[in-house]
Amino acid sequence: MSTPTMQPQIAPKAKPQVLKEDAMWLQKEMINRNYHELATAHQDGRKVSATFVPGNLNELLMCFNFARSLPETNALQNGMRKKSGKMIMDAERDGHSEDVCTYVKADLGMMLQGQVGPTGEPLPHPDVLLLSYTGCFTFMKWFELIRQKYNCETVMLHVPYQGDGKVSPAMRDYVVKQLKEKVIPTLEKVSGVKFDIDRLRQYMRESVKAEENLVRVLQSAKNRPSPIDGYFGAVYYIGPIFTAFRGMPEATRYYDTLWSEVEQRIREKKGPVTPEGEMAEEKYRLVVEGPPNWTSFRDFWKMFYDEGAVIVASTYAKVGGVYDFGFRHDAERPLESLAEYCLGCYTNLNFPQRIDMICKYLDEYQADGLLINSIKSCNSFSAGQLLMLREVEKRTGKPAAFIESDLVDPRYFSAANIKNRLESYFQMIKQKRVAQAAAGVH
Amino acid sequence: MNVKEIVARCEALFEDLRFNAVQQWKAALPGRKAIGYMPVYVPHEIIHAAGFLPVGIFGGGDQIEVIQGDAYYQSYICRIPRSTVELGLSGRLDCLDGMLFPSVCDVIRNLSGMWQIMFKDKYVRYIDVPQNYDDAIGGTFYISEMQHLRDDLGALRGQPITDAELNASIAVYNENRKAIRDLYSYRAQKPWQAPTSEVYLLLRAGCVLPPEEHTPLVRAYIAAADVEKRARRDNARVVMTGSFCEQPPLGLIKSIEMSGCYVVDDEFMLAFRWLMDEVPADGNPLEELSKAFLHRSAQSASKYDDKKEDKGRYLLHQVKSRGAEGVIFAAPSFCDPALLERPMLQEVLAKQKIPYTAFKYAENTGQMAPIREQAGTFADSIKLWSAA
Repeated sequence: MSTPTMQPQIAPKAKPQVLKEDAMWLQKEMINRNYHELATAHQDGRKVSATFVPGNLNELLMCFNFARSLPETNALQNGMRKKSGKMIMDAERDGHSEDVCTYVKADLGMMLQGQVGPTGEPLPHPDVLLLSYTGCFTFMKWFELIRQKYNCETVMLHVPYQGDGKVSPAMRDYVVKQLKEKVIPTLEKVSGVKFDIDRLRQYMRESVKAEENLVRVLQSAKNRPSPIDGYFGAVYYIGPIFTAFRGMPEATRYYDTLWSEVEQRIREKKGPVTPEGEMAEEKYRLVVEGPPNWTSFRDFWKMFYDEGAVIVASTYAKVGGVYDFGFRHDAERPLESLAEYCLGCYTNLNFPQRIDMICKYLDEYQADGLLINSIKSCNSFSAGQLLMLREVEKRTGKPAAFIESDLVDPRYFSAANIKNRLESYFQMIKQKRVAQAAAGVH
Repeated sequence: MNVKEIVARCEALFEDLRFNAVQQWKAALPGRKAIGYMPVYVPHEIIHAAGFLPVGIFGGGDQIEVIQGDAYYQSYICRIPRSTVELGLSGRLDCLDGMLFPSVCDVIRNLSGMWQIMFKDKYVRYIDVPQNYDDAIGGTFYISEMQHLRDDLGALRGQPITDAELNASIAVYNENRKAIRDLYSYRAQKPWQAPTSEVYLLLRAGCVLPPEEHTPLVRAYIAAADVEKRARRDNARVVMTGSFCEQPPLGLIKSIEMSGCYVVDDEFMLAFRWLMDEVPADGNPLEELSKAFLHRSAQSASKYDDKKEDKGRYLLHQVKSRGAEGVIFAAPSFCDPALLERPMLQEVLAKQKIPYTAFKYAENTGQMAPIREQAGTFADSIKLWSAA
């Protein structure tokens, strides 16, 4: 009888412990709790709304007791959990073009797979789609597609684009009128809850507290070393305020906690916390334009912190509201303020405004240069970014670099290509410093 | 003029990417100005009322080598903005005094800001159109947008645009739209007499000719085409949809016809047909233009459908009213509006048991054989089904 060969015992490779700040863990808990609320909303007798991150009217939706779903967040959470690739391919097999936004296809693919959310709990069919058409054409088609599937109530809030680089009274009035005459009556009808403007005011006052602390946190990156990463880290920081929590006491508490942590890091002159620990030395300070890639988020981030590169400011962290240039929700003029919020979101700004903002960041955050992560899925961000790159270089004299990836389609993340480009870019910055130092000597 | 002469003239205008017709129009009288506009729709009447020439800029087609324009766009952006940038940077659009960028998608929207940066000496405006169709809400906003344009163009000519001027322009464009409606009806009745490759060129001529010249040309074509002796074939009658912004190359339209299809309706250059009936020319002009836009305009993927039941209604109307037997979805590559809309329209067609086929193109697509084969197979299948 032969004895089975003994195989050497190989211990399963231990998954490295991921380090996060307390606020990051808290944020994760909040997001997961929201998914649970969504999963149980209908059995708890609550109606479910879906709306988009830019121009989201969370305070208003809360006035009607809606459980709140944000389809981009669902897609990105599925992307981070490596689930989106199959969803996208399922949507493509169902007839959706390979050319269009992968957030949309991840969402539709999730439906095809039985509408199980990122945390594994089912996501309910929405009772109302609040189509806040802010800064992204695709939003309109996205909700038309969902409406086609679910036949649910859909209400459009058309937010005009800042083509002239400013908000005119006519634009604001148009949004306010839609809120008064379309959005609020529809939300009342679907929810069965009467609108109470004082309740809205109360939520908006709460929002301001979170907004103040968010701005403090984002602007802390002006310190050297920066205590935060204004892109990879900021993704966690903006989570609650850009989604279902703005206006809630939980969000206020979250931003209080976050700001306390960041303040302490400033005092201790510490760098950002990365998944592998505190960043030891800050070698490069960058501004980033464009959303991140979600499917390889950690690998992407690692390419930066391994090189000592910290992102001090990013445009993506302004996609759900540009608070660092002064906007705050104003409870004294609630509907006008909601309109101004929508009109002012980053992707609703025109190109010259976006370029001005980036140049200002490069200056105020003493950044070494601009990196554009151009996203295949997102024409709103991406169309024209190569001009942006030239203009920023011309105006600031700082080097800019361009990489390409996608939001949630793993087929469009080429780690080797991106790493090569980043390494060349860091070399370029180094050489520029040497040249400047030499010029300074002479 | 006979058909051959009319079509030759239109083709020459279409191929002239130096816009000599525009330059000549401007040179004929001192102080004349021309304003370019991109797809899908702008209220031409306001440009015309200022005494300016509205000039449709529909990209560079397949006749221009895009060199500089490619440096501004990633590979996954459609072709029309890059060839338009090429036209601008190569000086071909120097004859234009301004450019209008209507709200059709994020690419054209962003191009408006790029244009502001690249062509600082030109008038540039993004034209937002309402996605709310109530007169008191979307209408009020749209009127304010049109008033802004009216004020700007008035300032550009040094004199405000009056209501009387606007109403006169509405009347001129009513005539133009009526002529084009008649052209489309004629083609649907006798597609062998008015092939789409010719109809298309006639429409393109309207991009550079003043309406006072374009309308008689359209009328002349209908009259001339009707006396031509042309063979009637047993082709499949199809509607082509999805080509409302970046245009297919002329060769592609010809290929579809050669493959055995009569195109009996389409979405080419919707700007000329956007307002579907007569706009009253004796009222408050901006209010009338607004009402026409809100309540009596074409449906396209760039517009929001207020209700689920509205989806595909216009396409179904095209199919039924033109007696079409099938639909060809021809969308430009990377065109978000058309490609996101497509599955919804296909679902509507499937419910009505209307056959369809789909492909993508770019304005410089050169390989027609696969498209010809696909369209030919589609036409054959329609004929087989209808025979069964």
